[in-house]
Amino acid sequence: MSDLDAFRAEIRAWLEENCPAEMREPVSDDGDICWGGRNFQFKNEAQKTWMDRCAAKGYTVPDWPKPYGGAGMSPAEAKIWREECGRINARLPLSSFGIWMLGPALLKFGTEEQKVHYLNQIARGEIRWCQGYSEPGSGSDLVSLQTFGEDKGDHWVVNGQKIWTSYADKADWIFCLVRTDKTNKYQGISFLLFDMMTPGVTTKPIKLISGNSPFCETFFDNVVVPKTQIVGELNRGWDVAKYLLGHEREMISGAGGGDRLNAIGAVVARNGLEDPILRAELAQFDVDALAYACMGEKFLDEAKVGRGHPAQPNMIKYVGTELNKRRHELLMAAGGATALEWDSERTNGGSPSRSWLRTKANSIEGGTSEVMLNVVAKRILELPGA
Amino acid sequence: MPLYHTEDQAMLADTVTGFMADEGAIKQQLRHFRDMNCQDGFGHALWKQFAEMGLTGMLAAEADGGLAMGHVEAGIVLREIGRNLTPSPFLTTSVMGVTALGGASDDLRGRWLPGVLAGDSVLAMAIDEGPKHRPERIACKAEKAGNGFRLQGRKAFVVQGASADAIIVAARTSGSDSDVDGITLFAVPKDAAGVSHENLRLVDSAMASNVTFDNVELDGDCVIGEVDGGRALLNKVINAGRIGAAAELTGVGQGAFDITTAYLKTRKQFGQLIGEFQALQHRAAHLYSELEIAEAAVIKAQQLLDGGSERADLMVSVAKAKAAKACNLSVREGVQMHGGVGMTDEFDIGLYMKRDRSLAEFMGDQYYHAERVAQLSGY
Ligand SMILES: Cc1cc2nc3c(=O)[nH]c(=O)nc-3n(C[C@H](O)[C@H](O)[C@H](O)COP(=O)(O)OP(=O)(O)OC[C@H]3O[C@@H](n4cnc5c(N)ncnc54)[C@H](O)[C@@H]3O)c2cc1C
Ligand SMILES: Cc1cc2nc3c(=O)[nH]c(=O)nc-3n(C[C@H](O)[C@H](O)[C@H](O)COP(=O)(O)OP(=O)(O)OC[C@H]3O[C@@H](n4cnc5c(N)ncnc54)[C@H](O)[C@@H]3O)c2cc1C
Repeated sequence: MSDLDAFRAEIRAWLEENCPAEMREPVSDDGDICWGGRNFQFKNEAQKTWMDRCAAKGYTVPDWPKPYGGAGMSPAEAKIWREECGRINARLPLSSFGIWMLGPALLKFGTEEQKVHYLNQIARGEIRWCQGYSEPGSGSDLVSLQTFGEDKGDHWVVNGQKIWTSYADKADWIFCLVRTDKTNKYQGISFLLFDMMTPGVTTKPIKLISGNSPFCETFFDNVVVPKTQIVGELNRGWDVAKYLLGHEREMISGAGGGDRLNAIGAVVARNGLEDPILRAELAQFDVDALAYACMGEKFLDEAKVGRGHPAQPNMIKYVGTELNKRRHELLMAAGGATALEWDSERTNGGSPSRSWLRTKANSIEGGTSEVMLNVVAKRILELPGA
Repeated sequence: MPLYHTEDQAMLADTVTGFMADEGAIKQQLRHFRDMNCQDGFGHALWKQFAEMGLTGMLAAEADGGLAMGHVEAGIVLREIGRNLTPSPFLTTSVMGVTALGGASDDLRGRWLPGVLAGDSVLAMAIDEGPKHRPERIACKAEKAGNGFRLQGRKAFVVQGASADAIIVAARTSGSDSDVDGITLFAVPKDAAGVSHENLRLVDSAMASNVTFDNVELDGDCVIGEVDGGRALLNKVINAGRIGAAAELTGVGQGAFDITTAYLKTRKQFGQLIGEFQALQHRAAHLYSELEIAEAAVIKAQQLLDGGSERADLMVSVAKAKAAKACNLSVREGVQMHGGVGMTDEFDIGLYMKRDRSLAEFMGDQYYHAERVAQLSGY
């Protein structure tokens, strides 16, 4: 038996023993996702047990180094971990912007002290993070952002407004893009971390077309941020921001695994499939979805060994999100009038229609599809003037 | 297994890419043999060079003098054949034919493999009987006659059939047309009495034959594998053909894409490079994405086939369908983005469009394979 086979056997046995039965059921709504954080309400005991057991072994962030709360798995081992979790449909023990976005940025740009401190908190699900990038006047054109941090010696005083801050009202800390030099567009932004309980931070929820309010307007009124809480160098936050966006795009693409990679025809057909044209569309979709799942796998395999074009997450994000929108259009069509129910019990409170509406944001959040195509054209295809 | 080439495979790719860019290029091969109205549709000298490099026997067992490689490696060669639009018997002979012979007796392998390995002979595959790929239905009959069989029927779209030294024929030895069982594979020699060809030039300049078998007498030792039990081997041969065609399609799509993006960087209108127009940039970026995905699906299916996975059938159909969709988009966008010159014979982009059409049809088009994905998924 090779080392990897032995590793697989070990993981399989550990999962068998430690993953509670409830955590092997499909995720049906946001409440089933474990976000962690100071104020997180666990849905049930199993959710907490699962997170804690994984955290103790470093499995919430399997490929992070051990001193930072991970399990130090190699790319091949991490792939086995994902495959074995997939085999028993184990839910992610912990999901968070800390894991997907801030963590990778800290691993690359953080000081040793920052890594030990913040990464361990993330890995154990103690601190929940939100992302302060977008502003009312700065969406796709993010680099035009205006939120300003005034230099006061050992700290900055931050004033301004962010918008579309996902879970700002539930998060403990924010990673935030702040202008620290008004004379330099790209090299005048710093990447700051601060507590959402700092005096002067307020949030106001925004209601979405799905009826939910997962994100907020976030206001900063003379917020004091100590100078130790900067990631990377002063005025070089754009480098950190872009690096993080790569990971965000990868996450939104769904390429990492889970439901978004699945074919849907067989599931839909369980409730009958009488329309031959819809069946044909489902088959065409399944071809695209199953092929995309291969792309996701290839992308991850290549990324882990530093192959693949650095701008590839933009392509993955574009394709994955457009595919997910198509998936939900088809699910709505297949569901017929039942899928239109907005708050009935049998639809779990309008889950089909709310999910369908939520997916429309996939190709907007984290950079729109059009912006992704711009980046691919410029950085990968090297087309002129892009 | 990670979804990229191993070091050995990457080395092979390097060698083959360089070799094919030199020797397999459109001007030397496709245009040359098309313009001289070659009735074989491919060049024998290049086939001989393939043999010298060991490529003709890539999939043959080591004991038979082959390299015992798999579909990932064959796909590397096919991608370059596709990129250069090289007319070659490689797919039908070295991929499908050698896979079929893998199930044959020592005698039969000894009869046909050495010629293939030496680059002296080629094999053709006679499976389909009408204009569409329908291997589920096989009417061409082989009846027992003395110690052997008598073959009666027609086969369509037999690529390079009229030039082949042997035609591998899927025939019915029992049951009715749509039965799964009752299929037997035969290696029919070129000169067998009663074999006649309608040799046709296709849109992509390839030659294909509609073959008629009129009471062709065959020895019992022409049988490949088991009498009546040939379906499993036939499926293996077809899968090899499908994934091979998919790999070639990714090469065709990539070749078309490369010359198109190069054109976007040189052609000027309205005082600027047309590659500066966002309308074209977005379409090019979308196309790039589709080609990347197709390539990922193809390598996945190749690995699953090589590993004998039970998911291989499904993923081969996914790969063939996806490669066909992506490649077709590539050639259509390619011609459109070239403007008027894209319509001329002088520019290569139109040649890519023709090759795509042919390969899309070979071993099942995207509709056939989407249907198969649905069926294999249980709906
Ligand atoms: C559900 C959701 C969650 C979000 N969460 C967060 C969060 O946690 N933190 C955060 O900071 N932000 C978040 N965002 C904001 C998100 O990043 C922005 O919405 C996104 O960057 C687009 O900006 P915008 O909304 O201002 O649209 P705009 O930039 O105004 O775009 C409008 C339209 O114009 C198109 N467009 C713009 N520029 C170009 C161009 N150059 N070429 C072609 N077309 C162009 C766009 O593609 C789009 O179709 C979230 C958004 C959503 C929907
Ligand atoms: C079969 C045929 C018959 C013809 N017959 C005649 C005839 O009888 N008489 C005659 O005078 N002409 C004729 N033409 C020429 C025809 O009008 C031109 O081919 C056409 O106007 C396109 O110009 P072009 O070929 O130079 O392509 P280009 O203008 O170079 O276009 C190349 C690509 O760039 C795109 N593009 C160009 N500008 C932009 C832009 N601003 N934004 C976005 N995309 C852009 C185009 O859409 C195209 O995809 C014929 C062409 C063909 C193919």
